[in-house]
Amino acid sequence: MSAARQYIDFFREVQGSITSRSCAEMNAQREAAFETFAAQGFPSQKVERYRYAKVEADFSPNYGIALTPLTGPLPPYCFRIADAASHARVIYNKVADTTDSIVALNSMLSVDTLVVHVPRGIRVEHPIQISNILKGEHDTMVSRRILIVMEEMAEADVIITDRAASQSRFLTNQVIEVVMKDGSHLSLYEIEETHLLCTRYSSVFVEQGRNSSLHHTCLTLFNGHTRNRLDVRLQGEGSEVTANGCVIADKMQRVDNNTLIDHQTPRCQSSELYKYVLDDSAVGAFAGKVLVREGAQKTMSKETNANLCATRSARMYTQPMLEIYADDVQCSHGSTVGQMDEAALFYMRQRGIDEREARLLLKAAFITEVIETIPLESLRDRLHVLVDKRLRGELSKCEGCKLCK
Amino acid sequence: MLQINNLHASIGGKEILKGINLVVKDGEIHAVMGLNGAGKSTLSNVIVGHPAYEVTQGSITFNGKDLLSLKPEERAHEGIFLSFQQPVEIPGVSMVNFMRAALNAKRKYQGLEPMPAGDFLKLMREKRSIVELDSKLTSRSVNEGFSGGEKKRNEIFQMAMLEPLLTILDETDSGLDVDALRVVAEGFNKLRRPESSAIVITHYQRLLDYLKPDVVHVLIDGRIVKTGGPELATEIESRGFDWIKEEAGL
Repeated sequence: MSAARQYIDFFREVQGSITSRSCAEMNAQREAAFETFAAQGFPSQKVERYRYAKVEADFSPNYGIALTPLTGPLPPYCFRIADAASHARVIYNKVADTTDSIVALNSMLSVDTLVVHVPRGIRVEHPIQISNILKGEHDTMVSRRILIVMEEMAEADVIITDRAASQSRFLTNQVIEVVMKDGSHLSLYEIEETHLLCTRYSSVFVEQGRNSSLHHTCLTLFNGHTRNRLDVRLQGEGSEVTANGCVIADKMQRVDNNTLIDHQTPRCQSSELYKYVLDDSAVGAFAGKVLVREGAQKTMSKETNANLCATRSARMYTQPMLEIYADDVQCSHGSTVGQMDEAALFYMRQRGIDEREARLLLKAAFITEVIETIPLESLRDRLHVLVDKRLRGELSKCEGCKLCK
Repeated sequence: MLQINNLHASIGGKEILKGINLVVKDGEIHAVMGLNGAGKSTLSNVIVGHPAYEVTQGSITFNGKDLLSLKPEERAHEGIFLSFQQPVEIPGVSMVNFMRAALNAKRKYQGLEPMPAGDFLKLMREKRSIVELDSKLTSRSVNEGFSGGEKKRNEIFQMAMLEPLLTILDETDSGLDVDALRVVAEGFNKLRRPESSAIVITHYQRLLDYLKPDVVHVLIDGRIVKTGGPELATEIESRGFDWIKEEAGL
């Protein structure tokens, strides 16, 4: 039985139960999503945007499928979809790429959506934190859905963390849709700190209006297999996006970041910086496309992917892509893959720093550039500490989380 | 302090040092002079344990310890400091973190607790002013964007922080203008503890005018072919190396 078959049969079996737990807006999309998934199944590596992922294998193990709606009190500006404003609710599945079978699988199985809705002109002072804690005795698959709506001139920081509190296998299939109206600002952070048995598929879709700005940072500190997709459509003139990421991977960990920045209108700016530190037999991939459409004049875009392979067995695949259909633009893209700087290592050892510590300092230094771009100072300081702990192998799986204390 | 016996070393299978004998006593300054390619930098690299060099024969003893059996970091902890000819830039590693890691590693080796943060920063300030190193530089990444002179002053600053027993200055004068050379040399003289020793590797007399070596060696083709007092450096400055080669029958 193919992996896709499992999900198809499961859906048919429990469809009624899913529908009854969910709401009208989500149920309205379900059948079409099912048809898309049933027709395509899991994408093979022949599908361009899944070239570096092993989707079928990642979704194959026999997971129990969680169908639980959100419970408990939610932070300010956060709602279950059924309680959200109707003009926010209807955006559900309008920003995501509904032709993608992984997105379709999410739309098929998700029973609830967390809506973050920041009204016009409101500046949310404290960061909104969304902690996903995977916990349970059994191997579990989770379909998580988030919709962020930033009304005109709204401002917020949203921090989404992924952690695992038990040693079961977990598979997360997440879809985040973000609509940014004119003049809104959003800093969106995704921090994964799970364990070797965790697989994460994340698809983030963003639409930006005039003069809006997005700062997206995606950090993979500890994981099993991860595939992050980010699609940003710059639809309004003068909009800006910074999409940064860093990856620390060792053992047999795999991390794939796949991005598309779509410049649709003039005078937009995009900047991407992804850095990977790979050790042992870790495999990393970065494929980032910047598309500058016809008429998107005065586009400024910069894309950089820099990677450090600390061992000979670590592998990095990098594919920066630039497609330009306008003639008055400034665009650059590039990638590097390097090894540890032996001269720097020896310099440090001559000063008495032992080899392990010297390697660690160099790795942390490599990542620092990404952390330093984070506008939120408290988070930046926290991440410096987390990165250091991660590299020292001291990262406790669920530090600071109430459940584990 | 340092005793080198019949030292042979090679890099990539090519023999560079062909039987070096050298004894440096406590408090002495030795100059090692010679043309490019004579093996001067190889000698310093072998003493500090650079992994690219292979010692094929001979021994190095440092205060009674077999130096060749120690890792580079252990040699540093024992009190050997190399002022690099080309100090390495390490983007992303701040001078403060770098120095703290180095100093506390040495303290750990000596069985001491890490130095309290306040004391450490005070020590940084104190030593920094002697080599006229700007506080802006010590708050930056290691050597990143430093000028040639600043890099060399930074080496002397690190020496002052780590208080080694033996300092090797590997062509510290290269790439320095006269003023920068003076600041570096005077800094070295002020910061050096009287009982500590130094090996000064150089092509020229200039640096030696400041450092006043007790002994001068001439290294040609992997061997020390002549040893004398400070006057030997002066003679080389006026006559070059050819007469020494002839004298040695090379």
